[in-house]
Amino acid sequence: MTAATITALRSFADTTARVTVPSRERKLAFSFRNVTKQFGDKTVLQGIDLDVHDGQFVAIIGKSGCGKSTLLRLLAGLDKPTSGELVHGAETKDQKPTRIMFQEPRLLPWARVGANVDVGLTGIAKGREVRQKSLDILAEVGLADRSEEWPSVLSGGQRQRVALARALVGHPSILALDEPLGALDALTRIEMQQLLERIWLSKKFTAVLVTHDVAEAVSLADRVVVIDSGRIALDLAIPVERPRRHASPELAFFERQILDQLYKQKAP
Amino acid sequence: MSRALQSIGRSAIGWLLPALLLVGWEIASRAGLISANVLPAPSAVGSAFWKLLLSGELLENIRISTLRALSGFVVGGAIGFGLGLANGLSALSRGLTDTTIQMIRNIPHLALIPLVILWFGIDEEAKLFLVALGVFFPIYINTLLGIQGVDPQLVEMGRIYGMSRSQLFVRVILPGALPSIFVGLRYALGIMWLTLIVAETISASSGLGYMAMQAREFLLIDVVVLSILIYALLGKLADALARYLERLSLQWHPAFQNA
Ligand SMILES: Nc1ncnc2c1ncn2[C@@H]1O[C@H](COP(=O)(O)OP(=O)(O)O)[C@@H](O)[C@H]1O
Ligand SMILES: [Mg+2]
Repeated sequence: MTAATITALRSFADTTARVTVPSRERKLAFSFRNVTKQFGDKTVLQGIDLDVHDGQFVAIIGKSGCGKSTLLRLLAGLDKPTSGELVHGAETKDQKPTRIMFQEPRLLPWARVGANVDVGLTGIAKGREVRQKSLDILAEVGLADRSEEWPSVLSGGQRQRVALARALVGHPSILALDEPLGALDALTRIEMQQLLERIWLSKKFTAVLVTHDVAEAVSLADRVVVIDSGRIALDLAIPVERPRRHASPELAFFERQILDQLYKQKAP
Repeated sequence: MSRALQSIGRSAIGWLLPALLLVGWEIASRAGLISANVLPAPSAVGSAFWKLLLSGELLENIRISTLRALSGFVVGGAIGFGLGLANGLSALSRGLTDTTIQMIRNIPHLALIPLVILWFGIDEEAKLFLVALGVFFPIYINTLLGIQGVDPQLVEMGRIYGMSRSQLFVRVILPGALPSIFVGLRYALGIMWLTLIVAETISASSGLGYMAMQAREFLLIDVVVLSILIYALLGKLADALARYLERLSLQWHPAFQNA
């Protein structure tokens, strides 16, 4: 590590409050403004403030039940905040949709792989164009020759890649991922992480990844947000060059901080 | 090649036992072990079949019975399917009708025969009504269960991707309910024949059941046995047809792959 990086790391280490990432004049992708979400009288999210810039890769981490999925569902428009507001950047007419991917691939078992990807173009493209776009995106996730198969013959990782293709085929500006790799074995996970990073780098969408794997978060994200008891407990930039190496000391440093935050309960 | 032979061999093995039974039955009849008044020999049933076939009586009765079965099936099936869909998709419709339907379901439809005869006499409507009523319930219940059993996560996925209500129905809900609907269909086909046999035996002036009852009056036991066999055959045929349709439309289902 150079002296400069060490200083940089120190300064991050001192920060437990919000870190403003150098914005480089980038547009806002979305912004949570004092968002609260309650189910009945149970407050799941409380006063969330979160600005995410276009093209950023944000990872969200937190203990089970802390409200991560709720946050993503708000972002994807599947739920409405109880109070506060969610603003999407660049609200123009050709606003690209926000897509969400879940831990389960949610493929239609009765539609072939290609037809499942076609679903991602509902209301976006018609006719021949649909099939061509689907085949193109399937090629990008490495499943070019599987478009005529039934989902039931694919492995878990392949199904999740089909779900990724379906989410991306309509060129969303925001992709929300709710523990999409949670059900995969360790080796498939690493492959999928690389695929996800490669596609994110080439397509330049804003990615919001919920994960319970701290190593995954620091190796993929520009920024890690830790949620605890419905609030943002830590907002940490990960200024590490890509391609990143798994388990490198630099990443380990950030991993440590996040784990401390998660388990030490609010370091001073 | 050898695999083809193997598969023929496998399906042939199922026919071995019936064939042996038939041969045994024939031998026992000829040896006088089974009285012809109790059970006629297979050859006697065969010749009755031939005689009735030549006279055209058999085909005419099969035609009439099949027509009755199918028209009752179409009426009862359509209403059951329609109501199953409506109640699966709309809580209002379900709240309005489901309790009533469940109450009526507790009446065995064949118990209505005396009432139905009073209403319709022994006309076609009586048979149509009974078959339709019998077919209605399995189709209704399995359509409803099928729709209620569709994975809500898939429905949510369809919504997220902006499917309209009709797209959601055609691409997610109906295909998801189909396996259950087929269970209802096959069950309904069984009930369809059963109801028709009973109805024709009790009140009819044509059809297979009527043919069997007439034969009973004239002690033509070979014709009686023949009618029973033909019912069995028609039932088997209907089931095979339903299985074929099922296989065709559920190709995606792991249970129907590489089978
Ligand atoms: N639709 C809902 N109705 C009631 N409670 C809910 C609902 N969705 C989530 N919750 C509750 O909100 C809390 C946070 O859930 P969730 O966002 O799924 O957590 P996470 O994804 O971080 O594990 C949980 O306690 C959960 O029980
Ligand atoms: Mg969750």
